[in-house]
Amino acid sequence: MSNQTTKLVPTPGQTVGPFYGYALPFEKDSELLAPGSPGSIRLQGTVYDGAGETVPDAILEIWQPDADGKVVQKTGSLVRDGYTFTGWGRGAVGYSGVFTFTTVNPGPMSPGAAAFISVAVFARGLTNRLFTRIYLPENEDALAKDPLLSSLDPGRRRTLIARRDTDGGLTWDIHLQGPDETVFLDFR
Amino acid sequence: MPQHINAQQLPGDEAVPAAEPHAGHLPPDRAIETQADLSAEINALADAYARALKDGGAVETQPRLDYPPYRSSILRHPTKSLHHADPETIELYSPAFGHQDVHALESDLTIQHNGEPQGERIIVAGKVLDGDGRPVAGQLVEIWQANAAGRYIHKRDQHPAPLDPNFTGIGRCITGPDGSYRFTTIKPGAYPWKNHLNAWRPAHIHFSMFGTEFTQRIITQMYFPGDQLFPLDPIYQTIVDQDARDRLVAKYDHSLTEPEWALGYTWDIVLTGPKRTWTENEALGAEGDEE
Repeated sequence: MSNQTTKLVPTPGQTVGPFYGYALPFEKDSELLAPGSPGSIRLQGTVYDGAGETVPDAILEIWQPDADGKVVQKTGSLVRDGYTFTGWGRGAVGYSGVFTFTTVNPGPMSPGAAAFISVAVFARGLTNRLFTRIYLPENEDALAKDPLLSSLDPGRRRTLIARRDTDGGLTWDIHLQGPDETVFLDFR
Repeated sequence: MPQHINAQQLPGDEAVPAAEPHAGHLPPDRAIETQADLSAEINALADAYARALKDGGAVETQPRLDYPPYRSSILRHPTKSLHHADPETIELYSPAFGHQDVHALESDLTIQHNGEPQGERIIVAGKVLDGDGRPVAGQLVEIWQANAAGRYIHKRDQHPAPLDPNFTGIGRCITGPDGSYRFTTIKPGAYPWKNHLNAWRPAHIHFSMFGTEFTQRIITQMYFPGDQLFPLDPIYQTIVDQDARDRLVAKYDHSLTEPEWALGYTWDIVLTGPKRTWTENEALGAEGDEE
């Protein structure tokens, strides 16, 4: 492949709008693994707006390595066979602004690195998608050394770290705006 | 084929008036702001941007997250600036999609039911490229749209325009080796929404694309050339730069038009530049679907 260097200007994004509900969701979209299968966890949270109200029309995508920290490059996310972990899932929030995924704890992608899930957020009223991350809460040393987390002040840093639930799952909320506003990323 | 026509009931002020008698003819009570009010806001922001450009300000190539004329954005945009970050590890890869995921017939939105949908049959085709001009091959493209009368099949859309039993308005395809995609569909109609009194969206098709890295993920809207609603639409105008807005408008392409069949529109999508180095790219080996 040629090493072309022509820099093109990216196409602008636009809001996902209110009517994605019949188009983007698909069967088992948020089930990267079958619920209840060995190693599976529930990842859940609520999306809030700047008034602290829940947002009922947002849709999220998660993209993560497997439990061993390996990037998965298998097809089949849209038509899940029930056995293949593809690392990607899509989940619309329900009426109460709550989203739920079934997935695995991502492994660190290098020894001692902090493990995280990459997230894209879309919503009516959100003019372009937002990127953020969900870090696992356990490895304090890794979290302290993480390049992104260590560049944030402590108040904002915690918006990227999930809470561990008693059932082994993760809870992580999104605040689009407000005092607990989630850190959203602009990739260089 | 798309199985999900189970429309969700979503609250929100973008929905059009309930389909009661007279709805659509009488002003809805709570939308007291007029197009003139909104246009004044839109024009003021456009003038301020033009002045900033003249003073050497940066060209804005993406929509503003904070764009008050789009009322639903007011409580939903981050107020803190986005945090500059270097993409790492998983973010430098993209999920793989392939023919396991998408049937070839899903790119034709006119054959999903027993009969022909109403409206003007069109072909929309183009390429998905990355910021370096390289084709994005073997990746997922999803579209959704209103029917020819400007009605979405979504339950929340109660615009008193007819549903079409032969049109759902959902399509998918996987890009070819040259990054190409192609859909056959019906030209969507404009539709009213409740941002303000007499608010109408220009006809558009929603597009969702993946690149070779998750940082390139984009959802956007493709418009049709010459739409008189462009200056009035607070969503299209969330992009304050005219050149940037123009990048969302397809071109009529007579070479794509098929005789006795359908009009052709061309629209290319450019994703942001890839961040991964070739070494990392090659380390991954063959990507995507084997078929």
